[in-house]
Amino acid sequence: MEDLILTMIVRLILPFIQIYGYYIIIHGHLSPGGGFPGGAIIGASMILFALAFNLKEGSNKISHDTSTLLESGGAFGFAALGFLGVFMGSNYLSNRAAGFPLGIPGNLISSGMIFLISIFIGVKVASTFITLFFNLVEGKTHD
Amino acid sequence: MRQLLVVIFLALIANALIFTVVEMPPFGSPDNPSNNQVNQRYVEKGVEETGSINVVASVIMDYRAFDTLGEATVLFVAIAAALSNLKAH
Repeated sequence: MEDLILTMIVRLILPFIQIYGYYIIIHGHLSPGGGFPGGAIIGASMILFALAFNLKEGSNKISHDTSTLLESGGAFGFAALGFLGVFMGSNYLSNRAAGFPLGIPGNLISSGMIFLISIFIGVKVASTFITLFFNLVEGKTHD
Repeated sequence: MRQLLVVIFLALIANALIFTVVEMPPFGSPDNPSNNQVNQRYVEKGVEETGSINVVASVIMDYRAFDTLGEATVLFVAIAAALSNLKAH
């Protein structure tokens, strides 16, 4: 089904939704938000794209292998980041005690590990949305 | 007979819940047991100890980062179970 109004509106609005999602993830330590809502917004933008155009184009934008890799990578990266604290001689997932540079509070690049953790969580939540949506909608036709 | 038992059982549960609610401390009072030194510390030293000006982020990703790792694991296990069920057929 090709609807001119729908596709044009989605084409216009999609970059803004994605930029907003990235903004929420990156500013997780400064403003309300963080990895979970930002990842949900990015995942919802990909779902909107796939619904407005068709599933094949959505699958071309982000393939199954890519989203599965991002999914596992996000979870693994978070867990591995915790072991960084152990190697620096402190507890698992410790931030200041492990010697991460905290920066100036209020700057974009600050607060050490919180910044990295919210990026990993954002990647993970976004790919969870995308993977689950495509696999549920495609059903049996795709292996 | 069965309905009567159900009503009696529900009345007992409602009784317990109502008496629990009556015994609860008043909402928003500064003397509540939830207003202890833990969240005092989060508010006073959060910026200094984590470098994040967002107290919620400093709690869920620094003080309670292990809990957030558990949440991410729950998401991962949920989608792994869903995909293994969907692809099995």
